[in-house]
Amino acid sequence: MTPEKCMEMVVTMPLRAILEEYPVCRDFFLNLRIADLDWELTLLQALETANPDVFDEFGLDKGMILRDFCRFLETFAAGTEGAGEVRSLTIVGGHGKTGESEIPELTVSVGDIISIVGPTGSGKSRLLADIECLADGDTPTGRKILIDGRTLTDDERFDRAGRMVAQLSQNMNFVMDLTVHEFLEMHAVSRQSKDVEKTVSQCFECATNLAGERFTRDTKVTQLSGGQSRALMIADTACMSCSPIVLIDEIENAGIDRRRAVELLAKKEKIVFLATHDPLLALSAQKRIVIKNGAISRVIETSGDERECLGTIEKLDAILYRLRNSLRDGQVIGKHIMEGIE
Amino acid sequence: MRLITVAGPPSSGKTSVILKLIGTLNMPVSEIGVVKFDCLTSFDHLRYEAMGIRVETGFSGRVCPDHYFVGNIEAAVAWGLKSGFRLMVTESAGLCNRCSPYLKGILAVCVIDNLSGVNTPRKIGPMLKLADVVVVTKGDIVSQAEREVFSFNIRQVNTSAAIIFMNGITGQGATMLEKHVRITKEIEGLRDVRLRFTTPAAVCSYCTGEMRIGEEYQMGTLKKMEFRQP
Repeated sequence: MTPEKCMEMVVTMPLRAILEEYPVCRDFFLNLRIADLDWELTLLQALETANPDVFDEFGLDKGMILRDFCRFLETFAAGTEGAGEVRSLTIVGGHGKTGESEIPELTVSVGDIISIVGPTGSGKSRLLADIECLADGDTPTGRKILIDGRTLTDDERFDRAGRMVAQLSQNMNFVMDLTVHEFLEMHAVSRQSKDVEKTVSQCFECATNLAGERFTRDTKVTQLSGGQSRALMIADTACMSCSPIVLIDEIENAGIDRRRAVELLAKKEKIVFLATHDPLLALSAQKRIVIKNGAISRVIETSGDERECLGTIEKLDAILYRLRNSLRDGQVIGKHIMEGIE
Repeated sequence: MRLITVAGPPSSGKTSVILKLIGTLNMPVSEIGVVKFDCLTSFDHLRYEAMGIRVETGFSGRVCPDHYFVGNIEAAVAWGLKSGFRLMVTESAGLCNRCSPYLKGILAVCVIDNLSGVNTPRKIGPMLKLADVVVVTKGDIVSQAEREVFSFNIRQVNTSAAIIFMNGITGQGATMLEKHVRITKEIEGLRDVRLRFTTPAAVCSYCTGEMRIGEEYQMGTLKKMEFRQP
């Protein structure tokens, strides 16, 4: 919506009508400690009857509130800002820690899963950082990140960096004291979802399907197990995050269906980068980037042979999963568990 | 000399952000100066000195920190110019959530951290509302959802600022902040430059040392709470 259109709307429409169309605008008034305006009036009319002392504390007068409200409306009427659509991402190679050159170019598209492998400290996080800030030859690696085949202008970079990459790592925690339902609802509201309840339900469904152990909507997020937390974070990122690129750092031991989790993200029109040491995840990707001494030394396309190995790896993985659950249940471990016999 | 003002709640990561920013500048540290405005005690100068950066620390003590900032910023800039700095950074802790040590025409950076709670941006006031750049720290330890809701809440209060996620430990994100610093203009001094927001007003008997409780001891600007009928 143009600034002129916003102004026209605010000047002519009663507040109630604006709030009905854009419920997020209610927050504008709450942030200014205004709870009791006459909502049937237009903003300027309503402000006439309000206590000016409160505005004064915020350093505002009526004209400034009008201006700020128009800007607020303009900002949020377009929906909560996402990073915009991305069809492909290209990494133009730079150099490693001691100046060695790396592969010239790698282009990946929406729906692709790319794993990143390499020893600890080899530069996997550096690659992520380059993607996150949409590097333009101005980071220590000299890499460039192109979006849809072109370099973004500085303005576009300022505008989009920080919203490009959603991150998921083992170190992440929920710090809020909310239930799973409240948590998802809060995120859905901030995304200005048209049907909050539906979005929350879908996301919750995804999360419980990924988690090894079930949980309810009334569980506090801080009380979820490691695996449940990870499942909820992945489902939430897939269903609600605004970022077109997802970077996952080490989710191997979380006790969730990792492969399904990653596929879910890819299906939701995201580009997924997976830094991992986990063979199952590394080979689930279509391509894997090998990092050595800071440089991308190779890009390996997952071959038919490798894919065939996935079956065996999954069986091994299933054995470990059963072992873990049996130990948890207080059972005695025997050959029957290794062989998958109930 | 270029000047940037950095503000943020205590322990939000201001010093780490400034140090990581300096690390990306490709400038000799002798050309950078820092003035730290604090309230009672600060240990941040040790971290700057460890990097060889010249730092001056001022304590507002019993004076309102905002008033203290306004009263000293011109002299701070003069010190910076005389020292031959090409960049000066002021760092001040926003101590009452109303402080906003920002000047018109001077890059204003607000640092807040993700651990402070998702609704915190909506409570901070002018320090956040009037910033040109909002740097969000500690995003690496909270969930993506919390980061996104946090940004959404920042946007509610400040519709135009650039929001930069930055890791104060690894420095990830510092290059984006550096781009904003690079395009700030040179200044020769601060005469007649204006504050972006009024400082908190409080000239009352307690400002001048009164300690007794009671209506008859209260003079000057005092604001009274209204209580509902019991």
